Amino acid sequence: MKLSVVLNEGPYQHEAADTAYHFIRSAIAKGHEIFRVFFYHDGVYNGSRLTTPPQDDRNIVERWSALAEEHNLDLVVCVAAAQRRGIIDESEQKRQGKDANNIAPGFRISGLGQLIEAGIESDRLVVFGD
Amino acid sequence: MEPTPEEYEGDDYEGGVVKKFMYVNRRAPHGTVYAQESLEVVLIGAAFDQDVSVVFLDDGVYQIRKDQDTGAIGTKNFSKTFRALEMYDVEKLYVEKESMEARGMTEDDLNVPVEVKTSEEIGRLMEEQDVVLSF
Repeated sequence: MKLSVVLNEGPYQHEAADTAYHFIRSAIAKGHEIFRVFFYHDGVYNGSRLTTPPQDDRNIVERWSALAEEHNLDLVVCVAAAQRRGIIDESEQKRQGKDANNIAPGFRISGLGQLIEAGIESDRLVVFGD
Repeated sequence: MEPTPEEYEGDDYEGGVVKKFMYVNRRAPHGTVYAQESLEVVLIGAAFDQDVSVVFLDDGVYQIRKDQDTGAIGTKNFSKTFRALEMYDVEKLYVEKESMEARGMTEDDLNVPVEVKTSEEIGRLMEEQDVVLSF
């Protein structure tokens, strides 16, 4: 089955970031295709490479990047939600005249249209968050 | 509501697939950002020419309460934008009867034309959907 996942909550604050990750790993292991993972609301914080959790805890952001690389996942951070929350890539940095960027490897910033397209193109759109 | 240019990429969607999309608004408008960001999804989604319906239930019924004034709390009063949904061909707006009544409201308290449906009717509608996004 072709699946897409929406993650609406930030890492550590909410288990949704973990559940979505484990769901995707299991789905891939069972032979399902992941069309896209879309990060919305505080979910965009999953894409900050500046995240530095204590060493004895899981690194949620690096875990996403590794999963994306391993399975060629399309990890999309909503641009409007990201702009509000200070998640920024190099082109947005230039466009907005900011002094830094922080998007993690494997993530890309794009529009809400990507969420709608995921809903249209996938057999199931699975949402994680309250 | 001012989406960036990238947000309009939906205009180019020519997949030809029409699915039933339902947006479910469950939260009060100003306590969290969910309501405002849900509305942004509905507006962008409208460009994709899908079969869209929007439901207000639980505290979500407060999102379309009329005469909202956020001046004192300094947040954006996006409630007026719901009135623009019609221009985006988003015309199926449903309010759950039980949620509205539990909060002492009637249709006269709302700022957009809606269809009032019982919890059971909304449940049946949900079952018909291809995509349900709950905010």
